[in-house]
Amino acid sequence: MDLTTILIQLLNSVQYGLLLFLISSGLTLVFGIMGVINLAHGAMYMIGAYLAYAFVEWSGSFSVALLLGIPVMLVVGIIIERFLIDHLYKKDHLFQVLLTFGLILILNDLQSLIWGNDTHGVPIPEVLSGSITLTDTMQYPVYRLTVSAICLVLALGMYWVIQKTRLGMTIRAGASNREMVEALGINVRTLFTIIFAAGVALAGLGGMISAPLSSVYPGMGDSVLIICLVVVVIGGIGSIKGAFWGAMLIGLVSTFGPILIPSLASVMVYLVMAIVLLVKPRGLFA
Amino acid sequence: MENDYIVKAEGLQVYYGASHVLHGVDFSVKKGETVSLMGRNGMGKTTTLRSILGFVPPKEGKVEIFGQDMTGARPFNVIKRHLAYVPEGRGMFHNLSVREHLEMPARAGMDGKRRWTFDRVMETFPRLSERLDNMGSQLSGGEQQMLAIGRALMTNPELLILDEATEGLAPLIREEIWRIIQIIKNDGISTIIVDKNIGPILDMADRNIILVKGNIVFEGTSDQLREDPEILARNIGV
Ligand SMILES: Nc1ncnc2c1ncn2[C@@H]1O[C@H](COP(=O)(O)OP(=O)(O)OP(=O)(O)O)[C@@H](O)[C@H]1O
Ligand SMILES: [Mg+2]
Repeated sequence: MDLTTILIQLLNSVQYGLLLFLISSGLTLVFGIMGVINLAHGAMYMIGAYLAYAFVEWSGSFSVALLLGIPVMLVVGIIIERFLIDHLYKKDHLFQVLLTFGLILILNDLQSLIWGNDTHGVPIPEVLSGSITLTDTMQYPVYRLTVSAICLVLALGMYWVIQKTRLGMTIRAGASNREMVEALGINVRTLFTIIFAAGVALAGLGGMISAPLSSVYPGMGDSVLIICLVVVVIGGIGSIKGAFWGAMLIGLVSTFGPILIPSLASVMVYLVMAIVLLVKPRGLFA
Repeated sequence: MENDYIVKAEGLQVYYGASHVLHGVDFSVKKGETVSLMGRNGMGKTTTLRSILGFVPPKEGKVEIFGQDMTGARPFNVIKRHLAYVPEGRGMFHNLSVREHLEMPARAGMDGKRRWTFDRVMETFPRLSERLDNMGSQLSGGEQQMLAIGRALMTNPELLILDEATEGLAPLIREEIWRIIQIIKNDGISTIIVDKNIGPILDMADRNIILVKGNIVFEGTSDQLREDPEILARNIGV
């Protein structure tokens, strides 16, 4: 591997890691604060990707697709939390797994009904379709850099909200002692709706901005769910910081792993998870 | 006058599963009043508070807050009607700093004013001002208790509910807490005090209620209890 390849792979792994973080952050918050395992989180990513496809087809503009897609995802999140997840808070994890798994099946079928089972492509927006020259021999697609930048800005924004605002304090307090938050006169259920909807919107946004990179196909959320669960477990359930570093680690491993040890390519990520859990059974930042 | 009541609960029947814990408790607090709730371990003091606040809805009975029926309402909805609750165990957030504990729930009171501000809490609890960047879990028991009270005051309540605020604290710290409760009382805030220290309670309370196995066995002034020590001896064992 020459230096150029290493550099390009490094950029790829950072981009993939940041994207994974964007998607995983909602999963870890919902799990950590609300105590709900949302297996349909990957399906939110898929819906996002299909919305990007549909809105770009309709409007011809990727920005319009984002502007329409994000509010739609928020509404989807609010509806799912209010009408389905709301019944699960006091129930056993088994019920959560059953219901959210059922939701995956329903959403996959809906996707198939609405958009069929073909694979679709979403064109990279015109202005971002070029490449920039990094060195004499090295080019890197502008769109990938843009995806990284969007994710990074959102990560910083999330950090700011969680660390510096009263909403963020309330979210952290809810992770520590939910009943006490309620005992301060704060509506914890509304807080849950906000967290869930934000998580769904972030996963959906992840799907939207991934669409031009990965194409749009049935069941695309399933593998994303698995990898996000790995990220959340590695980072420590409920920890945003953990999700960040977990995602960056998985980004590195899944980019460089297959190059360095091709024979272990398919299990690399799980090996890393196993090793992390052996050393820190509750994850890196729990 | 009817609308002088902050809390008016009648005939509370409370169960935990099959076990019947409160047997028709009547409990009220008027504006400006300090009411104590006494009783041995497990007699239902905390349960009385928690059923009024909506954490353990009563099977029968009625809870009114400022004249409004709040029976079965969710706790946040009861509490945001200008009540503040300092629970047993203090309810710290281990991942929030002292400053954040105080900023998070801050709000104006019933009259729209903020009589208790961050600065005023700092003046009242100087020890906390040295600990602003510490996390809830890093404080001593006394500091946690002060923070729990300060946090409750930041919501500018009309009624402060203190469950075992001096439990497990060293005597000096305990005195400090009683001094603060006196300040709060002087400020015109009504209080419900659950505590095992009879002396300070009798000095502080306008009215005392004694619970035995989920029944009220005594309700009256501190003077009545001082004149007839037998009541305390029989029901609390002092
Ligand atoms: N969550 C619960 N589930 C079942 N029983 C409970 C629960 N909480 C309290 N109890 C029981 O209800 C009764 C009243 O408890 P409560 O906590 O109200 O008493 P208390 O007067 O506050 O006691 P203490 O002085 O120990 O705080 C006790 O017998 C207790 O064991
Ligand atoms: Mg108690």
